Amino acid sequence: MNLFFQQILNGLTLGSVYGLVALGLTLVYGILHVPNFSHGALYMVGAYAAWVLMVSVGVNYWLAMLGAGVVVAIISVLCERVVFNPLRHAPPIHDKIAAIGILLFLEAVVQAIWGADFQRMPAPYPGVISFMGLFMPIQRVLIVVGAIVLMLGLHFFLKRTTTGATIIAMAQDREGAFLVGIDANKVSMITFAIAGFLAAVAAALFAPINLVYPGMGHLVIMKAFVIIVLGGMGSIPGAIVGGMIIGFAESFGAFYVSTNYKDLIAFSLLVIILSLRPQGLFTKGMR
Amino acid sequence: MNFLLGRGGALLLLAVAIVFPLISQNQYHIYLMSLAFIWTMATAGMNLITGYTGQLNLAHAGFVAIGAYTVGLLTVDYGLNFWAAFVLSGLLAGLIGFFVGIVSLRLTEHYFAIFTLCVGFIIWQLLEKWEGLTHGVHGVIDIPAPADLFGISFASPTAQYYLVLFFLVVTLWLMHRIVTSLLGRTFLAIRNSEQLAEALGIHLMRNKVLSFVLSTIIAGYAGGLYAGSVRFLDPSLSGVTITFDMVTYLLVGGIGTLFGPLVGTLLVIWVSQYLQFLQDFRMIVFGPLLVVLVIFFPRGIVGYLQQKKMERAARLAEQAGRAAGERKVEAKSNA
Repeated sequence: MNLFFQQILNGLTLGSVYGLVALGLTLVYGILHVPNFSHGALYMVGAYAAWVLMVSVGVNYWLAMLGAGVVVAIISVLCERVVFNPLRHAPPIHDKIAAIGILLFLEAVVQAIWGADFQRMPAPYPGVISFMGLFMPIQRVLIVVGAIVLMLGLHFFLKRTTTGATIIAMAQDREGAFLVGIDANKVSMITFAIAGFLAAVAAALFAPINLVYPGMGHLVIMKAFVIIVLGGMGSIPGAIVGGMIIGFAESFGAFYVSTNYKDLIAFSLLVIILSLRPQGLFTKGMR
Repeated sequence: MNFLLGRGGALLLLAVAIVFPLISQNQYHIYLMSLAFIWTMATAGMNLITGYTGQLNLAHAGFVAIGAYTVGLLTVDYGLNFWAAFVLSGLLAGLIGFFVGIVSLRLTEHYFAIFTLCVGFIIWQLLEKWEGLTHGVHGVIDIPAPADLFGISFASPTAQYYLVLFFLVVTLWLMHRIVTSLLGRTFLAIRNSEQLAEALGIHLMRNKVLSFVLSTIIAGYAGGLYAGSVRFLDPSLSGVTITFDMVTYLLVGGIGTLFGPLVGTLLVIWVSQYLQFLQDFRMIVFGPLLVVLVIFFPRGIVGYLQQKKMERAARLAEQAGRAAGERKVEAKSNA
């Protein structure tokens, strides 16, 4: 029973982290129709920023998380201004290649400054909560609660504020949004900032129970892509549900099938699902 | 100038390539050049599906690795002759490419790129984790050099250089035949607009799969040659960074041009040779380079030259037209 519960908690943790990263990806896709391959690098930079703020600058964990979020949001907006905005009318293959360029650049810069070694972020809350005979590491609970808070926050921002409504309007219908006077540049920048912030916070939440290294974004971003393909590109509930599916598939797969092949599970799932339903799981004919 | 962009330029390049080992004498440079030729081949394969057909295949390095592992494993573990394994390398890559293609090409644009990214990752994971077959992270070592063929030995770097050059010329000649044929035009039509191509009666799926399979066969043979040349393989060959390298070569040289892969690969490989001191940090240069290229020079070097050539031709035609018009006017006023 306890082992089974551990797998559930594990799946929830992974699903929360993947979901947060996938949310940023899907928001950006909704606005610009760019699959942002550099999003994983932003996640990685977020982890490094939090680690540096905590270890070298010595600030508190929560401040480090916030700082990392702000730093990455700024980088993300810069990417939008310098790279994606000039490319918005280019053939679709070009912005994908440009995103790959950003990814390579950010990774190389981080590696040049801090080296390729694995870094360990000190756990701010190393304890374990025991509840009715079930043990829960505090950090994992934090990840799940943090993700829920952020997702609710995003939901209210998008549904209840005018700025949020402009984002949704632009994702639904670009021309229609222009027609009612929505500033595309502003919406685009806000979206990239939110995406960067979410990626950095996800990284800062996950880093204490994981390692920090330049290639840490690769797997996460690919899984985030799997998630938004499953959930429908641009769909926000899809990103959250998809994140949980992948998180649970991975934690139960690692436990009941094989740890060695656990990273393969998400991708095999994608291959199988796309073979049967090329339009994704929750979408109606959107390819 | 026009001469250089046509058949003359190709023959000139070939002549330079043939005399290169005689001039250079530096064994390392000859080896590096033959490696660059192998990557040119692989990139030319990528060009077919990505440049001409417009589908960004991010699993291309995976197919190079499949070809390379076919040669490596069959010669080392099963004692097969190099050439028998080499023939199989492209065929196996093409066969796997066919099955990947019929699934992945049902998806368009971003979905295809993301799907192939995942396929590349699956290939890499299988190479790394399936130790019983692939030797896992230890890699395949002591791969034999290409066996003697028709009394020619391929033991020396110079002999291997000519061998690789031969296959490169065959590849580029085939690519030339493909892209100038109706099939090539079909691919271009698909790249320019899938709806329009379909309206013209082009069977999208069949042609896209054909392009994909051809590109993976070329990748497989490039991998086979790589195995015979480097004689050591590890799973990182299939990594997505290798695919990104090929995307860089393609973009620098000119995506969707016949000689783009050659120019881009040679230039980037030789420039990075002189940036060796940067080692892993060379991406600090190449990452932004990729972005700058895609924003300001999306056609690459060869594409840029071709565009200039066309502009000049258009100007000349316009001048000739104007001159002819003036003569006509003169003739009229005289009459």
